[in-house]
Amino acid sequence: MQLTVWTYEGPPHVGAMRIAASMRGVHFVLHAPQGDTYADLLFTMIERRSTRPPVTYTTFQARDLGSDTAEIFKTACREAVERFRPDAVLVGASCTAELIQDNPGGLAAALNLDIPVVNLELPSYQKKENWGAAETFYRLVRAFAPAPVGVAAARTPGRVCNILGPASLGFRHRDDIVEVRKLVESLGVTINVVAPLGASVADLARLPEADFNIVLYPEIGGVTADWLKRNHGQPFVAIQPIGALATEAFVEAVAKAAGIKAQDIPETRSRLPWYSRSVDSTYLTGKRVFIFGDATHAVAAAHIAAKELGFTVCGLGTYSREFAREVRAAAAEYGVEPLISDDHLAVEDAIISAQPELVLGTQMERHVAKRLRIPCAVISSPVHVQDFPARYSPQMGVEGANVIFDSWVHPLMMGLEEHLLHMFRDDFEFNDTAQPSHLSQGAPAAASAQEEHAAAAGSPLIEVPATLQWADEAERELKKIPFFVRGKARRNTERFASENGLRTITLETLYDAKAHFSR
Amino acid sequence: MNAPANLPGTAADCGPAQPLRQRGQHEVFCGLTSIIWLHRKMQDAFFLVVGSRTCAHLMQSAAGVMIFAEPRFATAVIDERDLAGMADVHEELDKVVAKLLSRRPDIRLLVLVGSCPSEVIKLDLAKAAERQGALHGPAVRFLHYSGSGIETTFTQGEDNFLAALVENLPAEPADAKPSLIIAGALADVVEDQFRRIFEALGLGPISFLPPRSSTALPHVGPNTRLLLAQPFLGEMAKTLERRGARHLMAPFPLGEEGTTAWLKAAADAFGIEPGRFAAITGPGRARAKLAVEKSRPTLEGKRIFFFPDSQLEPAMARFLHRELGCDIVEIGTPFLHRHHLAGEFELLPDNVFVSEGQDVDRQLDRCRAQKPDLVVCGMGLANPLEAEGIATKWSIELVFTPVQGYEQAGDLAELFVRPFARRERLKVSA
Repeated sequence: MQLTVWTYEGPPHVGAMRIAASMRGVHFVLHAPQGDTYADLLFTMIERRSTRPPVTYTTFQARDLGSDTAEIFKTACREAVERFRPDAVLVGASCTAELIQDNPGGLAAALNLDIPVVNLELPSYQKKENWGAAETFYRLVRAFAPAPVGVAAARTPGRVCNILGPASLGFRHRDDIVEVRKLVESLGVTINVVAPLGASVADLARLPEADFNIVLYPEIGGVTADWLKRNHGQPFVAIQPIGALATEAFVEAVAKAAGIKAQDIPETRSRLPWYSRSVDSTYLTGKRVFIFGDATHAVAAAHIAAKELGFTVCGLGTYSREFAREVRAAAAEYGVEPLISDDHLAVEDAIISAQPELVLGTQMERHVAKRLRIPCAVISSPVHVQDFPARYSPQMGVEGANVIFDSWVHPLMMGLEEHLLHMFRDDFEFNDTAQPSHLSQGAPAAASAQEEHAAAAGSPLIEVPATLQWADEAERELKKIPFFVRGKARRNTERFASENGLRTITLETLYDAKAHFSR
Repeated sequence: MNAPANLPGTAADCGPAQPLRQRGQHEVFCGLTSIIWLHRKMQDAFFLVVGSRTCAHLMQSAAGVMIFAEPRFATAVIDERDLAGMADVHEELDKVVAKLLSRRPDIRLLVLVGSCPSEVIKLDLAKAAERQGALHGPAVRFLHYSGSGIETTFTQGEDNFLAALVENLPAEPADAKPSLIIAGALADVVEDQFRRIFEALGLGPISFLPPRSSTALPHVGPNTRLLLAQPFLGEMAKTLERRGARHLMAPFPLGEEGTTAWLKAAADAFGIEPGRFAAITGPGRARAKLAVEKSRPTLEGKRIFFFPDSQLEPAMARFLHRELGCDIVEIGTPFLHRHHLAGEFELLPDNVFVSEGQDVDRQLDRCRAQKPDLVVCGMGLANPLEAEGIATKWSIELVFTPVQGYEQAGDLAELFVRPFARRERLKVSA
């Protein structure tokens, strides 16, 4: 039993949902009690998806437990297939249904459906979201691109590839896939299938047609790439093009897998190298940075921080236990103790003791950093609605490197501003608890008491007679109004009072004014 | 098992007396979600869910829009060692509670909250609470209740919590004067407004449940009167009635009419003279009417469809129908407490269509066929319906916004105006 306030990953069935929601024509029937439908809002709210995720929940209740929850599953499954007519149906159980052991796979098989059924075993009390996503993707690929009999023939390099791993709710996967496609196609390599994001089961059946695979996100696509290599003889490129150096290495690896000669590789250059070498970036030198996230983004962030921005990595960790080895290796390279943990309280302690000047983490580290008043940029899932920006904002490829430079450097004080802070420590408006001046717009959550006071005071738009008084009770009531609208409420009330010739603002006046001005 | 799909026009008999009941997918939160406001309301209480990773993920996803730096809730995540019997679950829970209390020494009330997995494995939280009480009491008190999805929907979690809380209320002294308990979490500002009105009426002593502090508990007995501020408190009301309290039936304090009727129920029970009642409530009533009237031009004649969410649906529908002239297409509600809602249905048309529970796909079929002007629904459905061109109002906002009482009647109306006003403004099409 583990004490958990926030979690980095959901349960494995949420991973399975992400695969179903990534693909076309796949429906997931999940044996689960009411309430588990909360997961729908990850897609409809966080990702602003315009359709419901393709998931049917059985919604069993306590009173069903003694009787026939299996029958409820069969009805839900049959009706979902009739209603949604998918090409294939995934069946599985959430944590509660796992305990009642109804065997969704067997029940679905007994229905004799006219479409393929893929059964998922999702051990909720051992595994987590990314594992569930990787497992689901792997089960689907095995089902629709079955292994040929005998040993897979070795392949020669060729110019057709698949891209494996991007998924719904992935950190910037939506934009990364556009950027990587551009990069790969610029080499003259054809993309056969991108999966799971946007793929159908027919696309999965075509996976073996490619000469090699690109693993864009190992947390989800790694297991499948291994299996395809063993069973279909497809080699894979395991470098993720995050950062300027990794993008170059990725291009070289793809070229090699495709049999393209070095002199035929077009040059790819982001602005990051020059921006980093320009004198304005001098102030970045040796900034202590703490990094935590999924393994792929954390390791990539450490490389970029150290080699492309000149930071000092003072902490590196991941919640992805499956990739602990890779993170340990990277931590050894930077001489820091690796932190492999999904306990965000342990991560918080590590941040405090590392005393970083910048935190690169997930939304959870963003909250920790906010509390500690340390600048922060988000580099990894779990995702938040802000991680689906309206603008094009990849992390991978050429534009990804540009985006990373901006989003990691902007939270920091500009060079001279920091110096002035040290010089004029006691300036009441300009001290180390004040936000960097260029961030006042972007940091609403860090509104200080001073700002609150300023907002509450407001500026009088009309001449308020000096005789106008606020009764104590009304003043206290005014303070209950959120500070960001309090100034407006105060002004409206005073205007209302003076227009009505009142001398004292009572509670009644406050609410009379509220009613008067209500829209 | 499934009732035949009730198509529009054929189900006029699905009224409050005989709501449409279909079994299928429920697109609602479970009772754990109530913790999101309960942990803010009661400032020295901490809610520890004993459940799975799913419970923890639910709590942060449902609360995702308002992550608190240090929430007063957490999950004790059951893992395979607990299930395999390799670890004694009660000892594990001891460790978790000890860790929690050392981290948060300000906690005075620790509430153990049961979940679907803890219910299914029959983890005895009553026993656990008793054990913890022996270990950490009396400095910290322990309560337990179930917020599991197999038993509770969304606001029923608050009902179960309050039912557990009122079990522990002290008994009133033999010579106690009549007192009033107002039950159901309200925003602090709303509570203060009601308190002032009751004090002006000269009625009381009054107390609110849940209280802001776990130690400020009212006494209960035959001289206690109970007024429900929220419609989802069936279990809690039963528990208080068992202890002698008398429930004052009333519509709920939404809108001018509901608020007046609600206050009147209390005033009458305490023998407040009608002239005094009219004088005290008059200004508030006038303000509420004025504020609501401004929304009427937008909402009058609009056809509204409610998906089930918080059990507030019948009272919201009554407000929209009576004070804003809306037509109610369907009132979906997760659970229909006919007795507590009788006052609401008296004010609604006899043939209003009511459904209890949910089969979300069939309900969506009905909704699309009816083409309502506005759909009140949860966050899993809202964007998909908007993308289909149907205007929606997130029902969660009705629970998380101060909407009760005279001073909020205009705000409540405005919440329903906003989707229309927004469409009016936007010239971009998706």
